[in-house]
Amino acid sequence: MIDPSLIGRSLSPVTAHVEPGRLRYFRETLGETNPVYGDAKAAQAAGYAATPVPPTYLFCLEMMDAEQAFEFITVIGVDIGRLLHGEQRFAYRAPVVVGDTLLFQPRIVSVADKKGGAMTLVGIETKVTNQNGTHVADVSRTVVVLNPRTA
Amino acid sequence: MSKPVKDQPAIGDRIVHKVFPSISRHTLALYCGASGDHNPIHVDLDFAKAAGYPDVFTHGMLVMGYLGQALTDAVPPPRLRVFSTRFVAITQLGARLTCEGHVSEFVEHDGERCAKLALTTKDENGDLKLAGEAVIAL
Repeated sequence: MIDPSLIGRSLSPVTAHVEPGRLRYFRETLGETNPVYGDAKAAQAAGYAATPVPPTYLFCLEMMDAEQAFEFITVIGVDIGRLLHGEQRFAYRAPVVVGDTLLFQPRIVSVADKKGGAMTLVGIETKVTNQNGTHVADVSRTVVVLNPRTA
Repeated sequence: MSKPVKDQPAIGDRIVHKVFPSISRHTLALYCGASGDHNPIHVDLDFAKAAGYPDVFTHGMLVMGYLGQALTDAVPPPRLRVFSTRFVAITQLGARLTCEGHVSEFVEHDGERCAKLALTTKDENGDLKLAGEAVIAL
């Protein structure tokens, strides 16, 4: 079981850089060919200062630049093989483009047992701001922990 | 700024539709590096078996990445306000995914007139993998 007193606990902040090479690798992996993401002129025509990140890339930036990508797993004290991703949400407030430096500030917001304790849902919310202090996004996820059966 | 998706989308209109090639072990290995998600359960068969799974399986966020691609093929990215999903079932190796989005309602979001889209990702058998939602400015 996961300690419900972890609700409200902040995890280590992460500073992440939106680097063009890593972003190109991500686009190629997904077969993303939309010019708005790869061509500065197309991005400018769409109103961006530089090429923007695709909609799910904030999740990746936080993991790539974290000192411990799976810090929350250590904090909640479970084995990585017992995790599943339950839900994911992005609320976009301002553009995120190549060259930005972002600050991710995650915290645990919920811990709830389900199905008679067979699983525990852990909610993590992350505020994202950029190098100008602009609040660019809120990212939230629900992680499903499959609990071992008790005899 | 970008133009609206369509002057007057109507409830029930399918404005998102894209089919993706089947997911290979190579795709999962590339996504492991590209995303920073190094959970071995997606790339290391021995680890996946020890955890009780028959094989490695797709990162949920790769599937959401495909859904996001289908979404912004249809909706200019500056109009996207919210994108969320529930991971309904594990997506197996070899899955050929179809992403769709239908206009479900019109809403006010932070003082803006927006449309809500109901999003789905299904495999080649029609099994639902992701059920999501997007809010887009009109």
